[in-house]
Amino acid sequence: MSKPNVDEEIPIPPPVESEFPLSPAQVGMATFLCSEAAFFSTLVVAYLIYLGEDQTGPTPAESLSLTRAVINSAFLLGSSGTIMLAMNARKAKSLNGFSVWMFGTITLGVLFLVGTAYEWEELIYQDGLTIGRNLFGTTFYTLIGFHAFHVTLGLVLLTVITFLERAGRLSAKSEATELVSWYWHFVDAVWIVIFGVVYWMGT
Amino acid sequence: MRSLRKGRFRQAYWGMMRWPLALALVALSPLVLVAQTPEMFDPASPDAIEIRELFYLVLAITTLIFVLVGGALAYFIYRFRDPPGAPRDDSEPPQIYGSQPIEIAWTLAPTLIVLVLSLVVIRSVIAMRSEPPTEGTLRVRAVGHQWWWEFEYPEFGFTTANELVIPTSDADAPTPVYLQLESADVIHSFWVPKLAGKTDLVPAKTNRMRLEANAAGIYEGRCAEYCGTQHAKMLIRVTAVSPAEFEKWVADQQRSAAVAASVDAGRQIFMDQACANCHTIRGEPAIGKFGPDLTHLMSRHTIASGVLENNRTNLADWLTDPDQAKPGSRMPNMRLSPTEVKQLVDYLMTLE
Amino acid sequence: MAIAETGQSSAASPLVTQLHGWVTTVDHKRIGILYILMSLFFLVVGGVEALLIRLQLWVPNNTLIGPDTFNQLFTMHGTTMIFFVVMPMLSGFANYLVPLMIGCRDVAFPRLNALGFWLALFGGCILYTSYFTGDALYGLGSAPDVGWFAYAPLTSPAYARGGSVDYWILGTLVSGVGTLTFAVNLIATILTMRAPGMKLNQVPLFVWMMLVDAGLIIVAFPPLTAAQIMLLLDRYAGAHFFDTQAGGSAILWQHLFWFFGHPEVYIMALPAFGIISEIVPVFSRKVIFGYASMAAATAAIGFISLGVWAHHMFTVGLDDRLDAFFSAASFLIAVPTGIKIFNWTATLYGGRLQLRTPMLFALGFLGMFLIGGLTGIMLATVPVDWQVSDSYFLVAHFHYVLFGGSLFALMGGCYYWFPKATGKMLSETLGAWHFWLLFVGFNLLFGPMHIAGIMGMPRRVYTYEAGQGWDFWNQLSTIGAFIMGIGFLIFFINLVLSLRSGQKAGDDPWDAWTLEWATSSPPASYNFEQIPTVRSRRPLWDLKHPEDPDWKYE
Repeated sequence: MSKPNVDEEIPIPPPVESEFPLSPAQVGMATFLCSEAAFFSTLVVAYLIYLGEDQTGPTPAESLSLTRAVINSAFLLGSSGTIMLAMNARKAKSLNGFSVWMFGTITLGVLFLVGTAYEWEELIYQDGLTIGRNLFGTTFYTLIGFHAFHVTLGLVLLTVITFLERAGRLSAKSEATELVSWYWHFVDAVWIVIFGVVYWMGT
Repeated sequence: MRSLRKGRFRQAYWGMMRWPLALALVALSPLVLVAQTPEMFDPASPDAIEIRELFYLVLAITTLIFVLVGGALAYFIYRFRDPPGAPRDDSEPPQIYGSQPIEIAWTLAPTLIVLVLSLVVIRSVIAMRSEPPTEGTLRVRAVGHQWWWEFEYPEFGFTTANELVIPTSDADAPTPVYLQLESADVIHSFWVPKLAGKTDLVPAKTNRMRLEANAAGIYEGRCAEYCGTQHAKMLIRVTAVSPAEFEKWVADQQRSAAVAASVDAGRQIFMDQACANCHTIRGEPAIGKFGPDLTHLMSRHTIASGVLENNRTNLADWLTDPDQAKPGSRMPNMRLSPTEVKQLVDYLMTLE
Repeated sequence: MAIAETGQSSAASPLVTQLHGWVTTVDHKRIGILYILMSLFFLVVGGVEALLIRLQLWVPNNTLIGPDTFNQLFTMHGTTMIFFVVMPMLSGFANYLVPLMIGCRDVAFPRLNALGFWLALFGGCILYTSYFTGDALYGLGSAPDVGWFAYAPLTSPAYARGGSVDYWILGTLVSGVGTLTFAVNLIATILTMRAPGMKLNQVPLFVWMMLVDAGLIIVAFPPLTAAQIMLLLDRYAGAHFFDTQAGGSAILWQHLFWFFGHPEVYIMALPAFGIISEIVPVFSRKVIFGYASMAAATAAIGFISLGVWAHHMFTVGLDDRLDAFFSAASFLIAVPTGIKIFNWTATLYGGRLQLRTPMLFALGFLGMFLIGGLTGIMLATVPVDWQVSDSYFLVAHFHYVLFGGSLFALMGGCYYWFPKATGKMLSETLGAWHFWLLFVGFNLLFGPMHIAGIMGMPRRVYTYEAGQGWDFWNQLSTIGAFIMGIGFLIFFINLVLSLRSGQKAGDDPWDAWTLEWATSSPPASYNFEQIPTVRSRRPLWDLKHPEDPDWKYE
């Protein structure tokens, strides 16, 4: 029996090219974000299941402030816009434009976190809502907490990637910056869902 | 030519049947040794009978599929195997890439079977899930504890443990008992195979279950959902008695506990030690709820949730060291002296 | 071949260097082997646990093993076998084979790949650390004893004192994160790194099934992670997710767990299906019957398996409509599964079956998985489930699916690809002994469990009373378990002996058709000197039969 050997000329017709439209890193990030979506969906489902099941307050309507949530959302949604501008600047090879917009994004992200911190302070010290107070507290802090954790992680990534770009440590072909922006958009999208489910429905 | 084909057929037939036959023989031979009808195939209530019929139906369908597919598999292995020692042949058999009609056929056939089965199942689920009890039906609140059962008869105002007593139900004019299933701690499951399938007892949820026995007798069951250390020793005993006997039993249970002066020492120990904190004896200062109600302890045949026969020796052993019979049990070892144990048992034996 | 020589020269280097090489490796083949070694290690551990369980159940009222130790044993056995035997073994096979089968040099993210393995191993270590904590100093250890699906509220601090449950949570959580990285990697690799010419509908079925498998992992594991985090918050931060005293729900845990748990069954079965789809054609000398319907059935299984989880909860007292829906969905999944069995069986038809060890395991798989599937239909019949659920009948059912199914296939895979990974053949004689002992032992162990279950024996009992008619069946089971134990012993002897002095395999010992056989055994770290170009589903068939290539028919 003849052993096939790749060194030999393979007697088959010329190949049909099948290029997948995305690069491995893009597929990897997209898949990772899918798993993140499954994770947040679980937290949202838990929140919804327990919504209105509490015997003791405070309820979402009593304790949440839609105004504050809208302001917070403006920060985060705005940061999605600024990171898009940063990506455009990067495509146009404007390192300064990129840096400015990234700085803007990071600032808006930090403002969002500060807003969340204020909200939590008020909830804990004025409304007495803690994670152990009732089911709303349990599900609310878990959901919002994990989102805020993702925002924090995103801010670290944004900072690191900005410094790397400025230091010229990333090649022009590197996809890292673009993928970090995907992640940031995803965190933003999760917030939109949270805004609808927690703040809009709740107040 | 004819005989050759016949011979080949016989060979093929044997090839096809050899394994199933051998397997069947292996599987059936022990049955002769330990012939015992499984309880779920010897039901004593309409619901359990219905389940058995359904079981027979799926068993028939799946056996048929098993014989067909398994037979084909066995036959193909026999028929197409490369005989050992056959001359080496490097040519490949004809390559068959698939066949649309065949593939469609064996997609549709199972789909149809499955569709029919689904309809049968939906019908019987709706028929068997208990409708809420109507006026005048007997209701029992069954509460699962780690690792015993509490049975409360709310209409009659008493509580008992581990041994559920129900009146028999006439098949023509059924009078089922409705169990209201709750849990005091973790998830348990109430399973008496001769009477019904199992239903879980879930904390913070109330389940309902219809229980019915067409013949008087003792029906054994157990907890079927893992619930911690002594899950294995959480047995159920359902005693079905005639309606007249049931009424008498209820009247007996409704009485407060008997008090005899001769066992005052034991009674004192019961009230002074922690016993009274966990056990109720109606009419006495003992009103604990954590353990089984002992008002009519001696009316029960077993103790420790069906683990031991209820007699003097076992009671004494149980009081001396519960871990002996049921390690990990929530019943503490009170470190009583043998005299105290004897006095306590004397007292308990009066709780008829 | 030059490639083989490089492999040998590294074998001559000092042990420390070699070990360092293995620990720091990012080569998908080495990581694959590490996964499989880890899996085999835990197989021994989980197997010994099973033997202890069987010993305890040998006679009624046995006092060999106490209730607490027994409850820890079955918890650890289940958790180990699922998370640390089957999962790493399928990860190992996928890691080793997928890049070779699709003709690329490594996975998309080699370092992430290494991380995945070390997380999986670390998870296993966390789980087993539990034995050395808490009570261990003066007792028999405090391994988790809540069952592998850890139903709330048994896991709440009130009922699970000490840290044992935390080891279960963290061990499976960490390994679950590792599994996720594996899935991300696999999807990126399969979608973007196929050899030139290999279209997605031309990948070997193993690769296709791993793609669906990875997709399922991406959807099913995060909910488990979320549920486990909720449980941790309950235990340590005072949250009330599963706290029934404060309005939480014990049922929510069941929903979340089985939303992971049922797809998980298919996550463990699909790679097995893939292995069978490689072995059966090669040893029948025929192309797989109905590639397209196989691929479609796989996708259908992946999809439907996300909608059947509550069939684990028929006794919980859900709404009738829910029970009906999940019953129907569970029946429905029998259709694509049936298609697969039919296609494999049809592949045998007209072939020339070579009953070598991999094929023996594949055929054993077909028979056992058929039985497991059919008892599955019985369990999907809701009222029947009310009787046999949580009994030994159920234990028998899922062992026919997971052991007779997944593990038989994985064993077949070991025999099939061992020559590729090591360059040596496994002994056929020992292999046949291994198979037949396993096959007989398996049926003797799990066959009687159906009967014990029907006779009313619930699962997870550390002992049972005499006179129930269960003794005999339990004794058969125990005998079967030890026969299987001997079978596995022979397997390990075979591994060691063949590795030391096995017959040389050559590049393509089975005369197979997929790309992994086109390179040397073992392959060089770069897999292929020249990336092959592909035109059909069986590139090596085209090569071997230029007069009648596959691409003419596709």
